[in-house]
Amino acid sequence: MSGGAKLPVRVAEVVQVNDLIKRFRFVTRDGSPMPAFSGGSHTVVEMDDHGTRRLNPYSIMSDPADSSGYEISVRRDDVGRGGSLYLHNHVTPGMEMVISHPVNLFPLDTRAKKYLMFAGGIGITPFLSQIAQLSHHGGRFELHYSARSRALGAYMDRLTAAHPDRVHCYFDEEDQRIDLPRILANQPIGTHLYVCGPKGMINWVLDTARAAGWPEPALHHEEFLAPPVGDAFTVQLAATGKTITVAPAQSLLEAIEAAGVDAPYLCRGGACGQCETRVIACDGTIQHNDHWLTDEDRAEGQKIMPCVSRFAGKHLSIDR
Amino acid sequence: MSLDFTPQFDGFFRNETFRDDFTYRNSPQNIRRFAFPFDRDDYMYSVNMEPHTPGRPGSVFEHTFDVDEHYVSEMIDRAKVLAQDPLRCQSLPHMTLAGWDLLELIMESKARDYPQWFSLEKDGNRWRWINRPMGIDQTFTFLDESTLPYGPFEYITRQTQGDFSLQDERDGTLWMDAGMITSQADWSLDFDIGMNFHEWHAPVPLAHEMGVFDRALKFLLKLQHGAPVRRYNWTMTVNPLLDTAPETYPEWGHMRTLPTQENMGHMMHLRVELQGLFRLPRSNAIAFSIRCYLAKFEELVTVPKWGRRLHRVVRDIHPDVAAYKGFLRNRDAMVEWLSKYDDGKPTSPGWWPDDEE
Ligand code: FES
Repeated sequence: MSGGAKLPVRVAEVVQVNDLIKRFRFVTRDGSPMPAFSGGSHTVVEMDDHGTRRLNPYSIMSDPADSSGYEISVRRDDVGRGGSLYLHNHVTPGMEMVISHPVNLFPLDTRAKKYLMFAGGIGITPFLSQIAQLSHHGGRFELHYSARSRALGAYMDRLTAAHPDRVHCYFDEEDQRIDLPRILANQPIGTHLYVCGPKGMINWVLDTARAAGWPEPALHHEEFLAPPVGDAFTVQLAATGKTITVAPAQSLLEAIEAAGVDAPYLCRGGACGQCETRVIACDGTIQHNDHWLTDEDRAEGQKIMPCVSRFAGKHLSIDR
Repeated sequence: MSLDFTPQFDGFFRNETFRDDFTYRNSPQNIRRFAFPFDRDDYMYSVNMEPHTPGRPGSVFEHTFDVDEHYVSEMIDRAKVLAQDPLRCQSLPHMTLAGWDLLELIMESKARDYPQWFSLEKDGNRWRWINRPMGIDQTFTFLDESTLPYGPFEYITRQTQGDFSLQDERDGTLWMDAGMITSQADWSLDFDIGMNFHEWHAPVPLAHEMGVFDRALKFLLKLQHGAPVRRYNWTMTVNPLLDTAPETYPEWGHMRTLPTQENMGHMMHLRVELQGLFRLPRSNAIAFSIRCYLAKFEELVTVPKWGRRLHRVVRDIHPDVAAYKGFLRNRDAMVEWLSKYDDGKPTSPGWWPDDEE
């Protein structure tokens, strides 16, 4: 229940987009329309990866006005924990799966006069649904999209064909770089900035905008962290009296759930704050991998975000 | 254009007033389904949210939007309030999409839950909406404002019991950027529109110290589409006035001095607000519905468990809370009147009337 309402779906289509990316289309099992959603939303896909339950968030990239199905694009991560590999290697058309109702942690501010978007790599996906939404309602936008190479620039053709004046593409291999200071200086008052991509890119864009005097409420970013792989560790769940072991390729949240304990979450990527849990005792080091807790929170050591954070040391007891 | 409607009372819906001669009352069947808000004999403010899932058949929880015998008369009263004061309905320009979301949610729910009264036919974005109790038959284009006599938010809330507001989510908080407020207890839309979550809750005593709003906001921000929640609030109102907004205080304020032991049962009403919160899909906004239920003390005490419990709650409530809810001046008189219906027997847990009663 803690993840909210679920949608039982069927995989309608799987498309190899490029060497690294596959696109998956989900439809309802009974042919009824999918719930409407807003551009920038994600859905949490549930997977039974050979006995390990994985729940990974992916941005919905399809047009919010299309209620016949949702599409996600997944980049294969060969060294990660396996969620993307499971989708790439085992999910085929016709399979039944369960996904969450859409959740939007990266919504468009509907008061904005213009939307200035920066995408890096697979970070393009939330912008695809946002641009589709803006196109229906006549919203102004400008997209700067950088990818490693032409071959890996997913959906660039589609975007530049539909919006030739508004979409600008850059390729690392060709040493093309976004001229950020100039772009930021040329925006009308009331522009909101959105960035999604690798951490380095997000920090660069936000820091440059702040230094140029952009107000904080006009700056928006989204970064889902994949739960990092690490050493196994043991945690005591004080509220339920259980002691669990978190495996190297498992998150603390997944281990809590595997023990039959219901824990709150929303993004499962260290961004939304919902899984925040009180630390009761800690003899060791909490590896804070989220970007929710403040530096003060971390210094106090009273809170942990189980969706992405880990622990090393003698003893950890949390309020769950 | 305007919303022309021809009320159809048809034997179920009551033809009654919430002003002047105050002919509002509850039928015996409706008393037993009253949204009695006390599940125990003492009361303390809490946020008490729970999933808004279909509840006990026949109760106010059975359907997403409860339609009861007061529906048609409440809509007539709303139209009167709006005719005098059009600012009771406002929607900032960026909230239009959220208005369509709400219209769709209400039309689909009512057509599904009350097929005898409402129907919705869709042919792509061409929709036909029939509201039989109000005598409305409207064909329009979804997402095209020019095809309705009002904006989507005002159109649908003129046909739905309860006040509504729409909250836009920005900067980690919620902003009340649209509202239809014609039956609020001491609450002014004109004053609150454009405020954020903490600003519009500022007047509740004791609650800030308990940090309940920080927790409530965190809870609301994670509110998900498809998983609405609800909670109760309550107060007391002299006479069945729906509209007790600050703007009209001169018209109703003096009524607070009227109750006596002789007229208390008839004049004093328990006013319950059933609040629902819905995440809206296209706009990502949150709709807040505040449905008001009114019952006279003399109606409530026909359920012995409620008579006993109401006496205990009113007698033991913290004076600050009674003052905030606006009934401190009448509290002793209310306790005196209610005490006749409390024989000191224990009450069963929960809200519902006992079956054998
Ligand atoms: S679930 Fe969102 S921060 Fe952990």
